[in-house]
Amino acid sequence: MYSETVMDHFKNPRNVGTIEDADGMGEVGNPVCGDMMTFYIKVKNNLIDDIKFQTFGCGAAIAVSSIVSDMAKGKTLEEASKITNKMVAEALEGLPKQKLHCSNLGADALQKAIQDYRQKKEGTVSRPEAKKCYCPVCDLENPMEAGFCTGCGKEIPDEHAHGH
Amino acid sequence: MPLVYADHVAAMPLHPKVYEAMVPYFNDFYGNPSSIHDSGEKARTAIEEARGKIARLVGSQDEEIYFTSCGTESNNLALKGVALAHQTRGKEIIISGIEHFSIMHTANALERAGFNVIRLPVDQHGLVDPAVVEKAITPQTILISIMHSNPEVGTIEPIAEIGKITRAKNVLFHSDAVSSVGTIPVDVKQLNVDLLSLSAGQFYGPKGAAALFIRKGVRILPLLDGGIQERGLRAGTENVPAIVGMGVAADLAREEIPQRLSHLKKLQVKLTEELPGRIPYLRFLGHPTQRLPGNVSVAVEYIEGEAMLLFMDMEGIQISSGSACISRSLKVSHVMLAMGVDAATAQGSLLFSFGMQNTLADVDRILETLPPVVERLRNISPVYRKAMAKKT
Repeated sequence: MYSETVMDHFKNPRNVGTIEDADGMGEVGNPVCGDMMTFYIKVKNNLIDDIKFQTFGCGAAIAVSSIVSDMAKGKTLEEASKITNKMVAEALEGLPKQKLHCSNLGADALQKAIQDYRQKKEGTVSRPEAKKCYCPVCDLENPMEAGFCTGCGKEIPDEHAHGH
Repeated sequence: MPLVYADHVAAMPLHPKVYEAMVPYFNDFYGNPSSIHDSGEKARTAIEEARGKIARLVGSQDEEIYFTSCGTESNNLALKGVALAHQTRGKEIIISGIEHFSIMHTANALERAGFNVIRLPVDQHGLVDPAVVEKAITPQTILISIMHSNPEVGTIEPIAEIGKITRAKNVLFHSDAVSSVGTIPVDVKQLNVDLLSLSAGQFYGPKGAAALFIRKGVRILPLLDGGIQERGLRAGTENVPAIVGMGVAADLAREEIPQRLSHLKKLQVKLTEELPGRIPYLRFLGHPTQRLPGNVSVAVEYIEGEAMLLFMDMEGIQISSGSACISRSLKVSHVMLAMGVDAATAQGSLLFSFGMQNTLADVDRILETLPPVVERLRNISPVYRKAMAKKT
C-alpha cells in the first residue's frame, strides 16, 4: 500500500517531539477527521534552525510530518514557505490516492508555524485562509458555522472546524 | 516469527477437510448440474447433498436453502427480492443503524427507488431494543432486517425476541447471520426468522459460496433473471466446488460448535482480562457478555488504528480496525458512531477476531507486542500530550 520511503519515515520518524520555547507553532486537522499534526519551529538568522512535530494519525500522516520536517530543517523561511503538499507527496514517492486528501497536511502545518512566527516576531498581518469543514460521517463539505451536516444530518462537533 | 492471524471477521482459512472435498469438483466432476448426463447428475447430487447439510446446520428444510455467491448477494436478494414482491402491500422497510454495508447500502438504494427506510437506534453496547422494533412497525411495513451479530463490535442481537414480535404482527423478518452461523448456534425455527443470510467463508468454508434461507411460502422475486437454477430464484451456473465445500464446512460446524465456543471464549477472556493491565486508557466496545466468542473490540485512546495495525503487521500480527483511515471510504465505522462512540475514539479502535488455529500463546504474543506499539504512537501524539496535560 505504501512506498518504501513512506514506510521508512513511518517506522523511523525524524524530528519527533515538541519545542518548549518555540518561535512558531502550527496545528492542523483534528482527531475526529483522523489526522492531526502539530509543528514547532525555532528560527535563527532567518533559517529554520530546529523543527519538531507531533502527529495523531495513520501511517501516511506520520510519514508526511516526518519528511516535511526533514525538508524544512536548515532552509530559509522563504524556501520553507514554498514547500507544498504536492512536493511532499512526490518526496514520499507517492501516496495512495485516498490519502492525498486527508493525510497530506504536513506542509499546511509547517506554513501555519511559519505564519505564527512571522506574526509574533515581525508583526506581519496574516491573511486568514478560507477554512473548510467536512462532515466526519459522510465527508460532505459544510459551511463553517454548520452544527449539523447538510448531507446526512449528523451533528458536527465545534472543534471539527478546520481546513484541508 | 510465526504469523498470528486474528482477523477472522475478514476472512477465514479453509478447513483442510473442506479443501479435500472440493478438489474433485474442479478436476473430475466438472459437469453442469443442469445437464442430464452422468457428469451433470453427479454435480447435481453434490449440490443437493450440500443443501441438506446447510439446512441441518440452521434447522431448516432442504428446499428452504438457496445458494448465492456471497453474503452480500444473500442480503441484496433478501431486501430487494422481498421489497419487489411486496411493494403493492406497503413500502416500509425497517433496519438497524449497525447493519453491514450490504444491508445499509441496499436499503439506501431502495430508498432512492421510492421505499421508506426506518433505521433503528442501538444502545451503547450496540443492542437493538425489541420494544423499539415493535413500536416502529406500521401497516405499511413489509420487511424488518436486523443482523444476528455484529462482527465489528461482537454484539449478539436479541433476534428470537424480535422474531416473536414480527411473527405476531405478521411482518416478514430477515436476519443477516453471516458472522454468527458456524460460530454460535443459529436455528431458524427458534429465531422465528423468515429469511436468514449465511456465508461459507465465515465458517472455514470457501469464498464464493453463501446461502439465503427463505421460509416456505415467503414471496420473493429474483435479482438475476436467466435459467431456472435454485428454483428460478438465482439464475446462473452453480459454483459447484464452493457449494460442496460449504456443505462439508456446515457439517464440521455442526459437530464442532461446542468446541469452537469454548476455545474462542478462552482466548477472548484472556485478552480482555489482561490487556487493561498492560495498556492504560482502553475502552472495550460492544456488549460485555452477549457477544461473539473470540471477538475482542477495543478502542485505544489518543492514537489512530491504521498506524497500530501497520506496526503489528510488521511483528507478524494481523488484526483489523474501525478507523476511517482503514476503510477505503475514509469514514469512521458507522457501527461505532451509532453506538455513540465519538469519532476520535473510533479512530483508535482495534478488532481481534480469533479462529480455531489461534492459541493462548498467540494471545501472549499480542499482549507483549501491542503495549510498546501503543507507547510509541502515544509518544508522538499531540492528542495524548494534551489529554495528559489536562489530567495532571
